[in-house]
Amino acid sequence: MEIKICGPGCANCEKTQKIVEAAVAAKGIEATISKITDFQEMAKLGIFSTPAVVIDDEVKCVGNVPRQAEVEEWLSS
Amino acid sequence: MEPIKPIKCCGDGTTCCSDSSVTKSKKITALQVGLGLLGLVAWYVVYNQLLPFSHFFSYHLLGLEKGGHPGETIQFFVYETPKVMMLLTLIVFIVGMIRSFFTQERTRKYLAGKRETAGNVMAALLGIVTPFCSCSAVPLFLGFVQAGVPLGVTFSFLIAAPMVNEIALVLLFGLLGWKIAAIYLTTGLAVAMVAGWVIGRLKLESWIEDWVTEIRSAEAVVIEKKLSWADRVNHGREAVRDIVGKVWVYVIAGIGVGAAIHGYVPETFMASIMGKDVWWSVPAAVLVGIPMYSNAAGIIPVVEALLGKGAALGTVLAFMMSVIALSLPEMVILRKVLKPKLIAVFIGVVGSGILFTGFLFNFII
Repeated sequence: MEIKICGPGCANCEKTQKIVEAAVAAKGIEATISKITDFQEMAKLGIFSTPAVVIDDEVKCVGNVPRQAEVEEWLSS
Repeated sequence: MEPIKPIKCCGDGTTCCSDSSVTKSKKITALQVGLGLLGLVAWYVVYNQLLPFSHFFSYHLLGLEKGGHPGETIQFFVYETPKVMMLLTLIVFIVGMIRSFFTQERTRKYLAGKRETAGNVMAALLGIVTPFCSCSAVPLFLGFVQAGVPLGVTFSFLIAAPMVNEIALVLLFGLLGWKIAAIYLTTGLAVAMVAGWVIGRLKLESWIEDWVTEIRSAEAVVIEKKLSWADRVNHGREAVRDIVGKVWVYVIAGIGVGAAIHGYVPETFMASIMGKDVWWSVPAAVLVGIPMYSNAAGIIPVVEALLGKGAALGTVLAFMMSVIALSLPEMVILRKVLKPKLIAVFIGVVGSGILFTGFLFNFII
């Protein structure tokens, strides 16, 4: 599974990354987590507010910090 | 393109990316509504007791002399601190709930079809209620351009969003009274509307970075979540935890400094450098304000101290607006999407608006 976290690197983006990492650990899934900090790249994905989470090229959330339960749900589907 | 360096943001009191991610929606029960109302009544009763309590505490319990320096200082602190914190908590809670109705996506949709003049007015007003922080400025800008929001309207939003917010208004109201809060609200909105309108008239679309215009074809992903009232209340609660949790230190420190000044520093200390007869103090205040990057919570207690010591209102307003609206870090971020010429115009136009406001108030008050 490939997870991308989009955001310029502010507090909320870091919060999002921690939540995603925790969710991946809780689920025991093999996943690579990477960060997108370039706005141009985000725009190509259609992301215009941050933070955003992209799992396997599908945008799961835009403009807010997700809850861990929510992320775990995305991971299991 | 190199990744932008992380800067301190989202700490400026605005909920940048608020949690709207409640999947299971719950209904609000009558009991909860009742408890909420009871809480509001309790808030009101306590709030009204703060002034008598501060007098009782300083002059009876501590036995300090009324009118003396230490007595005045302690009474000021014991009254102002809980007062401002209570106001802040209530307003942040309410604004947090209101903000759950206004996402950046929705604001973008409202503004996309608007023509310039009406658009500028709406953009400035939406700037107050739409969650925003300087780190989300670039994606927001891209989203607006992509949705076809006129450039001037986009700028009206970008100017109003950081400058006119509930924290600034609550602190101004709590520390300086409703008149100054109203003046700040009105002039802040006016600067945002007019500056945005002027930038729109100048037709500077070609001064946006080229790659930005190329993404016009990209489709914006919008994930709307259905929120129940319970979710919105939750939103308010999270906003309080987030914002009040961050700014209380500034507020208390600011009031502490204010209290000391209130009791000890002579009244006319600032008048000689920031008084209304010193014309150059307004442009100087704007220039000094640009490299300073602070949030409303940090700057308003300072503002209060300056005003109390004889600084002129116009000069102080100009200083405050410049610190909040023209920040260097935001310029660095916007440089990603704007050519330097357009940033210069932005600073010039907003700066002139602030200058005008400063001179105007020094002149009429």
